[in-house]
Amino acid sequence: MEKMPKWADVVLIPLISLLLAAAISALVILAIGEDPVAAVKLMVDGALGSTYGWGYTLYYATNFLFTGLAVSVAFHARMFNIGGEGQAMLGGLGAALVCLYIPWPHWSMALAGGAIGAAIFGAAWAAIPAYLQAKRGSHIVITTIMFNFIAAAVLNYVLVNVLRPAGSMDPATARFPDAVHLPTLHELLAPLGIEFSKAAPANVSFLVALAACVFVWLLIWRTKLGYEIRAYGKSEQGALYAGISPFKITMIAMLLSGALAGMMAINNVMGEAERLVLNSTEGAGFIGIAVALMGRSHPFGVFLAAILFGFLYQGGAELALWTKIPREMIVVIQALVILFTGALDNMVRMPLEKIFIAFRKGKA
Amino acid sequence: MTLMKSLMGAAATIALTAGAALAEPALIFDLGGKFDKSFNEAAFAGAQRWAEETGGTFREVELQSEAQREQALRRFAEAGSNPIVMAGFAFSDALSQVAPDYPDTKFAVIDVDWLDLPNVRGIGFQEHEGSYLVGMMAALASETGTVGFIGGMDIPLIRKFACGYAQGVMAANPDAKIISNMTGTTPAAWNDPVKGSELTKAQISQGADVVYAAAGGTGVGVLQTAADEGILSIGVDSNQNHLHPGKVLTSMMKRVDNAVFDAFTQGENLESGNFHMGVANGGVGYALDEHNAALVSVEMKAAVDAASAKIASGELVVHNYMSDDSCPALKF
Repeated sequence: MEKMPKWADVVLIPLISLLLAAAISALVILAIGEDPVAAVKLMVDGALGSTYGWGYTLYYATNFLFTGLAVSVAFHARMFNIGGEGQAMLGGLGAALVCLYIPWPHWSMALAGGAIGAAIFGAAWAAIPAYLQAKRGSHIVITTIMFNFIAAAVLNYVLVNVLRPAGSMDPATARFPDAVHLPTLHELLAPLGIEFSKAAPANVSFLVALAACVFVWLLIWRTKLGYEIRAYGKSEQGALYAGISPFKITMIAMLLSGALAGMMAINNVMGEAERLVLNSTEGAGFIGIAVALMGRSHPFGVFLAAILFGFLYQGGAELALWTKIPREMIVVIQALVILFTGALDNMVRMPLEKIFIAFRKGKA
Repeated sequence: MTLMKSLMGAAATIALTAGAALAEPALIFDLGGKFDKSFNEAAFAGAQRWAEETGGTFREVELQSEAQREQALRRFAEAGSNPIVMAGFAFSDALSQVAPDYPDTKFAVIDVDWLDLPNVRGIGFQEHEGSYLVGMMAALASETGTVGFIGGMDIPLIRKFACGYAQGVMAANPDAKIISNMTGTTPAAWNDPVKGSELTKAQISQGADVVYAAAGGTGVGVLQTAADEGILSIGVDSNQNHLHPGKVLTSMMKRVDNAVFDAFTQGENLESGNFHMGVANGGVGYALDEHNAALVSVEMKAAVDAASAKIASGELVVHNYMSDDSCPALKF
């Protein structure tokens, strides 16, 4: 069967999808009586026009990088991990426990400890659905999404009954000690003579997320384990014939996926809030699915998609601050992008494929 | 990125906000959203009233995420909004981080009265006093001698409502039975009218014939079910008597609107410190209008007004649950 060139698959389709989403968003903004051109300008200015904007864009992008990578790794083993949200929630709990109960002498050690704690909790939360899938054939989509609700209930119980400081109304932990404060990009770049906005929450975990991208790329395309994961994802029968254990691959892929999702906590819990609040993940686990789909499960694609969604989040916040566009409308714009890049992928792909094939035949 | 660029970004922001006076006040709603028929909407009503009376304009934002609390505060402060008013106790942590960075900006926060910062006005309400008054009315209106309380999220603040209510019930009828339920332990409990309705039905089956809802948007379901089942209900925060005329006994008014209005009116010279709004200074009270006039008998009104006067003069002290995390009239 004939195929499109790779550049069309990787660049053209997401781009057209984005343009379609943008066009419909513009119509929606027009319909409520606001100026779409001014809105776009405000979003771009607010998200990319200053180091402050970049600081927030990168902060959100860091969250989406972790969850996007998490979904990608599971995708390579042909598993749809919808549980990133719950795994990230539990990761937050792991990071919070590590920060609250271990007296860290320096932030770098706290970062390592927090990342490990978050990864272990996230992986543990993914382990049960993974085991059920591998041994019992319970479908991973169903179990992981159910585990999101259980995670919310667990977190709720722990925050309300165990970790909440006495007399506090917020279902949240106490503030972490100052020693575990992760340096923000402002603090990291100041010694290099680069001015970066002090208010923005982007922090050192962005670099950790980039390292995680490289790690996932190495793992999937440069190691035996990665080959086994991909082989299993392409064909379970073939993998079995090659001596690859489906149980082992299912477990490992899901544990890795859960650990990556959990590690998001070093950004939103340790880096930004510096305490664990109830809805700290705020849907990043689900955005991760869109990010992975859009990024074609490749770490570099995930990186670009994560930046795009970071831009949408921060740009959306600017819209909410400075215009009368209601926040529901901003969610609509974000949803349109997800809809077009994720769910309606084939709507663009199929006609485009036909065009390419027709074009080629015409040439031949 | 260079300093120049960030300066240009700031300049662009100011250009965008230009067209209005620089020091326009700002109002930040909590995650529940502006139109919750209760707490946030009361704050919005106060701001609207200020805008209509003075012809001024104000900035407002409904938050979408936790990270935006600090972001919105800093952005409004940097854009020159003054004062900045926040609705909800959840802002206390973010505000304590942000306020010291902007010493020339005044902040006012509702339901927080424990911060001690030179440029912050904390406004706490004595909800237990208002709840005491409506508790008395509930006990006097009840024929079965059983009354109900339905709270939103189970936090000390809502227990404070319940405890004041129970004390009022006991004062009017020492033999009364009080059924108390909380909708949940998460913020979702503020907006779950279906569960509010179920809890109301459960309380009715236990004999309650007056229920008091202190549950934000959940209360809409409580009031609806009470009206459908033919019992009386008591609204909260805003005056909710009009929702079901003749079926809502009264509403415990928490004048969030006045607090926002006052803060906006004082403007840049906002007086800082912690303020306690109670019965004495009109911060809380019960609602009496044409929708519930027929339900409130002359004796009932006399008894409640007498208690109200005693509370205002300090002769009667309603126990505040939050002072020692316990309640003499109700077990949680």
